[in-house]
Amino acid sequence: MSEKKTKRRDFLFTATTAVGAVGAAAVVWPMIDQMNPDASVKALASTEVDVSALTPGNTLTVLWRGKPVFIRRRTQEEIDEARKVKMEDLIHPEKDEDRAKNPEWLVMLGVCTHLGCVPLNDKGDYNGWFCPCHGSHYDTSGRIRKGPAPLNMEVPKYEFVNANTIKIG
Amino acid sequence: MSNHDYRPKSKVGQWFNDRLPLLTLANHLTDYPTPKNLNYWWTFGGILTFCLITQIITGLTLAMHYIAHADMAFESVEHIMRDVNYGWLIRYIHANGASMFFLAVYIHIFRSLFYGSYKAPREIIWIIGIIIYLLMMAAAFMGYVLPWGQMSFWGATVITNLFSAIPLVGEGIVTWLWGGYSVDNPTLTRFFTLHYLIPFLILGLVVLHIWALHVPGNNNPVGIDIKKPSKDTVPFHPYIVIKDGFALLMFMIVFAFFVFYSPNILGHADNYIEANPMVTPAHIVPEWYLLPFYAILRSVPDKLLGVVAMLSAILILAVLPWLDTSKIRSAVFRPLYKQFYWILVADVLILGYVGAMPAEGLYLLIARVATAYYFLHFLVILPVLGFKEKTLPVPLSITEPVLGGSPNLATARKKESKIE
Repeated sequence: MSEKKTKRRDFLFTATTAVGAVGAAAVVWPMIDQMNPDASVKALASTEVDVSALTPGNTLTVLWRGKPVFIRRRTQEEIDEARKVKMEDLIHPEKDEDRAKNPEWLVMLGVCTHLGCVPLNDKGDYNGWFCPCHGSHYDTSGRIRKGPAPLNMEVPKYEFVNANTIKIG
Repeated sequence: MSNHDYRPKSKVGQWFNDRLPLLTLANHLTDYPTPKNLNYWWTFGGILTFCLITQIITGLTLAMHYIAHADMAFESVEHIMRDVNYGWLIRYIHANGASMFFLAVYIHIFRSLFYGSYKAPREIIWIIGIIIYLLMMAAAFMGYVLPWGQMSFWGATVITNLFSAIPLVGEGIVTWLWGGYSVDNPTLTRFFTLHYLIPFLILGLVVLHIWALHVPGNNNPVGIDIKKPSKDTVPFHPYIVIKDGFALLMFMIVFAFFVFYSPNILGHADNYIEANPMVTPAHIVPEWYLLPFYAILRSVPDKLLGVVAMLSAILILAVLPWLDTSKIRSAVFRPLYKQFYWILVADVLILGYVGAMPAEGLYLLIARVATAYYFLHFLVILPVLGFKEKTLPVPLSITEPVLGGSPNLATARKKESKIE
């Protein structure tokens, strides 16, 4: 079977195709990556919020990276309600202690994990939030309890710079 | 096909045609033999071409005044409505034109379903049609985002978030689509670019759609293969041109009614409020032509499976030629299929209705039953029907039932015997 032996022509053909493919990929990648968040978008990555005016039982909504962030100063009943929930009852089990390090303050992205709508305050079957788009109910810890959303509302990276200021991001 | 030995009459024509045979093409299109029994349901191909051209021309003129920037888009649309000469007219034609386009494409698709136009040898025509339909939905969705109203913004948020249902890479894809961490200016500018591009892709596919059509020729209400050219055909020009032209005029009356008498009835009042990332409108609804699929999305209580169900509902159409096992094309000769066809029409209308209603209680239950039936129709009823159904005898030519006065051969024979 002499035809099966690799010839110079076959080698050149394979080598040319391989180099061509690498070259094409090198050109395609910048075309794809240009659509990812650019430097100016990434530069707006953190924001500081003054929360001194917020009284218990109220929510402040601020914009961070184009998304609303809920800052909730919770009442004692809300904290108790969130902390007594059994893990087995949760769709996405997370302890309230882990979500709100300082129990009085709940900071999370006000974005429904289903398809990204902004849930409404003090609504729904669990006294937390209710998403009007497709009917997801969240509890007083922002955890999903009922409806199509798969996850709890996300807690972003944040810290208290001082007693009155929260830095998000 | 028409005759290939066509020679232009004039010397100049011959000189040109020898170098670029455009006149041969024009001759093919005018002489193209068409079944003589085509009814008005066959006029929607021409109507759709008109819709596409209308959208391209009005779109180009709107783009001369529109500004694709998150801070200025909403105002620039109001500027078009109030300041630009006839801007209101051009924008209302474009906005209602999208609805008219979908109205026509749904009639076109359901005509195909009734008369079995998707069956061999026309599968490629059908699949190209489904790709055009998908592109139309993409173009319509992105066009709806451009005015940057509340429905634009939240519609864009919900639809792009569908991709987040993909395991592992979903979130990365959504960030990539947005060009940020939410729908914002980078999203708007790329949607504008793609909205500008897609109609021209559709135009290219329409050429392929018609090209593929001209290989086997038109299906017809009787659904039989015919000889071309023969007693059963008429030349495209003037017979079909006149019929298409008349139907187009009727269609334009409906079109003009919406543009001049109720230009906003198919839109949402919320889209006259500028986009606000902090507040979601109480009730998000897509445009009417996407409602059946929206109902399917919401009827599934799981995020990923809901998205899968919605996409499958569209993509299942692409394999329809192989799901329908019946060799008989036209529903005229399929007594059982004809009934299931109308049940499917009702099912899709019901899905559209519940898609516009809140997803709760009875509406949700109806949406679930209707979704289940939709898939049942394509995956179970159609394949089984091909084997079980007792079809009526099919005529040998178009002329046979026409002379008998009925598309149903049995009736035609009965009538003939009465006359004798």
